[in-house]
Amino acid sequence: MRTDLFFLICLVVGGIVFAAAIALGNDYYFFAGYVVLQYVVLSTAWNILGGYCGYVNFGSAAFFALGAYSTVAMHKLAPVPIPVLVVIGGVVSGVVGFGMGYLTLRLRGAFFAIATLALAVVLQTLIVNWDFVGGSRGAYIVRPESIAPFGSYIKYLFLIMMLLAVGAITVARLIERSRLGYGFATIRDDELAAEACGVPTLTLKLVATTISGALMGMAGAPFPYYIGFLQPSSAFGLDYAVNSIAMPLIGGTTSWVGPLIGAILLGSLQQIATVTISSAVNLLLVGFLLVGFVIVAPNGIVGLVHKYIQHRPVGQVGRRRVEADAPGSAPGPTP
Amino acid sequence: MTQLLAVDNLSKRFGGFVALDGISISVNPGERIGLIGPNGSGKSTLVNCICGTLQNEAGSVRFDGHLIDGTTAHQRTRRGLARTFQLPRPFASLSLADNMRIPLLYTVAARGSGHSAHDIEARCIDLLREVGLDSKAKRLPRELTQVEMRKLELARAMAAEPKLLIADESMAGLTHSEVEEILTLLKRLNGQGVTIILIEHIMRAVMSFSQRLVVLVSGRKIADGDPNDVVRDPEVERAYLGQ
Amino acid sequence: MIFSFDLLINAIVSGILIGAFYAAVTAGVSISFGILDIVNIAHPAFIILGSYIAYIINVTFGLDPILTSIIVTPAFYALGAGIYQIYYVSFEKRGQESLRGLAFFFGLLFITEVTLVLYFGVDYRYVEAPYIGPTLHFAFLDIPLRILVPSLVSLLLIAVLQLMLTRTFVGRAIMAVAQDQFALKLMAIDPIRIKRIAFGISIATASLAGAFLIIIQPVEPSVGREYIGRVFAICVLGGMGSLPGTVIAAMLVGVVESLTSTFYGPSWAPAVSFGFLLFTLAVRPAGLLGR
Repeated sequence: MRTDLFFLICLVVGGIVFAAAIALGNDYYFFAGYVVLQYVVLSTAWNILGGYCGYVNFGSAAFFALGAYSTVAMHKLAPVPIPVLVVIGGVVSGVVGFGMGYLTLRLRGAFFAIATLALAVVLQTLIVNWDFVGGSRGAYIVRPESIAPFGSYIKYLFLIMMLLAVGAITVARLIERSRLGYGFATIRDDELAAEACGVPTLTLKLVATTISGALMGMAGAPFPYYIGFLQPSSAFGLDYAVNSIAMPLIGGTTSWVGPLIGAILLGSLQQIATVTISSAVNLLLVGFLLVGFVIVAPNGIVGLVHKYIQHRPVGQVGRRRVEADAPGSAPGPTP
Repeated sequence: MTQLLAVDNLSKRFGGFVALDGISISVNPGERIGLIGPNGSGKSTLVNCICGTLQNEAGSVRFDGHLIDGTTAHQRTRRGLARTFQLPRPFASLSLADNMRIPLLYTVAARGSGHSAHDIEARCIDLLREVGLDSKAKRLPRELTQVEMRKLELARAMAAEPKLLIADESMAGLTHSEVEEILTLLKRLNGQGVTIILIEHIMRAVMSFSQRLVVLVSGRKIADGDPNDVVRDPEVERAYLGQ
Repeated sequence: MIFSFDLLINAIVSGILIGAFYAAVTAGVSISFGILDIVNIAHPAFIILGSYIAYIINVTFGLDPILTSIIVTPAFYALGAGIYQIYYVSFEKRGQESLRGLAFFFGLLFITEVTLVLYFGVDYRYVEAPYIGPTLHFAFLDIPLRILVPSLVSLLLIAVLQLMLTRTFVGRAIMAVAQDQFALKLMAIDPIRIKRIAFGISIATASLAGAFLIIIQPVEPSVGREYIGRVFAICVLGGMGSLPGTVIAAMLVGVVESLTSTFYGPSWAPAVSFGFLLFTLAVRPAGLLGR
């Protein structure tokens, strides 16, 4: 399926979801849905570097928070509409992603992962000490009551996040099917062999880190408007780091479908859980699910589905077209 | 005739250990060179330094007239240098056909010869056919036998359309007839114009293949010439063959 | 910024002492990451677990925290051995330790921290002991005993570990398994068993480090997180697996943190070690006493 067709279909699906939420008549669904969509973007972004390239980023919260704080900073400088803030957030986080990648991507994956942890703390410390954006005291962003033609402001925010989610999965799918996607796969499988085949691994890794960071920053940009009062502890929260790793790993890291499934399932579960049980128990469950899946079902839900539907375990990663194109095999699900 | 590869006084150390000590080798286009030496003599280190996986500390490497010191491995591959690994390193999550695709997408394409998607698809199958693996094009590398893995490794190196191919112990652990298969393949490649450096322990393969034989011992080159002469060189006998 | 000589000396001395403690905290990671190449980012969580165990026993029975931690060491060792077994079967054997192994430990870190929050809440906990409270005074130098005692015991712990690694059979096997597993097999030693023992020891040190921690400062579940970066920074800086290197690196980090905290304010301190780490990784990944 061509990318533009895919994009249109996703927009239509998104539109249907939006209409359904309006029909339900309760703004709560928009608040909850916003968080789930946010996680779709974060998981998809994480997976571009983590699932496709094999480089684990523990500092997703940092890129998310950078997007949020660039909004806070812009808010104090000059009022601009949210779409512009999203772009700014994306640029800031993308640049930082590039910079961090440049510093650490020459090293092994393990060192990169640790460096991302370090980055998250360094950035958090910088923000906490930066009074312009409120520092540890926090920053208020007054959310307008309503905005035409949507009505309540949260509907507008929901729509923006929906567009970002559609954009993120389109980008991920586009990458997967392109030369870039093949290059990423070789980095994950064997960097040394990749270099020997002519793959410019450092450049590709930088591309992955930049795209991944930028998407996370874009997800973070509307956050201050959503939450109203932004503190470093909430922007840099551990739940962002854990979820952006758990969701792709549980959903499946091999394609764009995994993070989407993981985010929707886990995100919805958590929204329900937060209402019924405490948020700490909720996070505990995520932790157990993460450990459980990683041990028992390393290819995630997508991997499990593959195993049972196609009766053939997908390598370590499935290039979906392989199964679909193989002569005589049943046509696999072609997204 | 410009030398295809000119290694001049190359040195490489790991901490206090001197792996390569002032190695100089030159290779002319179209040659078949055999490189032998005891384990630990530095053969793989030499290959790594030539191909860019490691950077040499002293000396220089010239390929096709250009100085390639300091360049990355992928840049050297794009210039026409290809190698296989001692232990095959296929891309485990990609099918055999996709393994071929990588050098096509990233090396051949980078040289400016734009292939259409259809051409690339056909080329992948052709490359596998040359090593007799086209029937398994859609399979994953882990389903292959030992000798098939080695063939895959060679096919992938060939996919990069190299001028110089360094085959690093492509025959280790193979049966007599399997060794013959690989040898035939390499000779055919050489016939098509690819310069080949064969690194091997299997002496009869090396002797039948090489026009010139280079011997490495403890990081130093101790012989370089006609295989029959080299083999009779007393120093070579002492250091390597006599053991 | 008020500069005074007294302040400087005190900051440096306290930095060195805290550094010794940091070395004990890092020792476990020097073994698991430096020697075994296992990225156990959950290590600080086990340390916090050790702190809470010391706390419970101290509050219930009044037992000295360091003594408690020594008694509990075998349990931590067993925990470490068990975790390694799961890690090995699920990841190392399948060759998936880079992505999934990391995620596994991350999950463990998370589970441990959240479980502690559920059990104990987020209030700070502290222990009581005769050496917590008094301070030694030498002219202008103030050394609180609650820092001095854990520092000295930390150095003792490192010395014992170093002796074990270099003088005992098991210790040398551990050093060997990092370099050549195959050679070990040829000597009829099961490398997996050795790694299991090593990892067990690594987690066992967490028990002691946890006791030291809660003596030095009050503890709540998320305190572990600020140690993740510190611990890996020191491990890398110290040359990955070299215990003497770890001590030097730890004291360096301790002193710089202490100076930063004294002269620029404590809110900047977390960035120090992490900044160190980023810098080291970018410039000299082999560390100070590089391998």
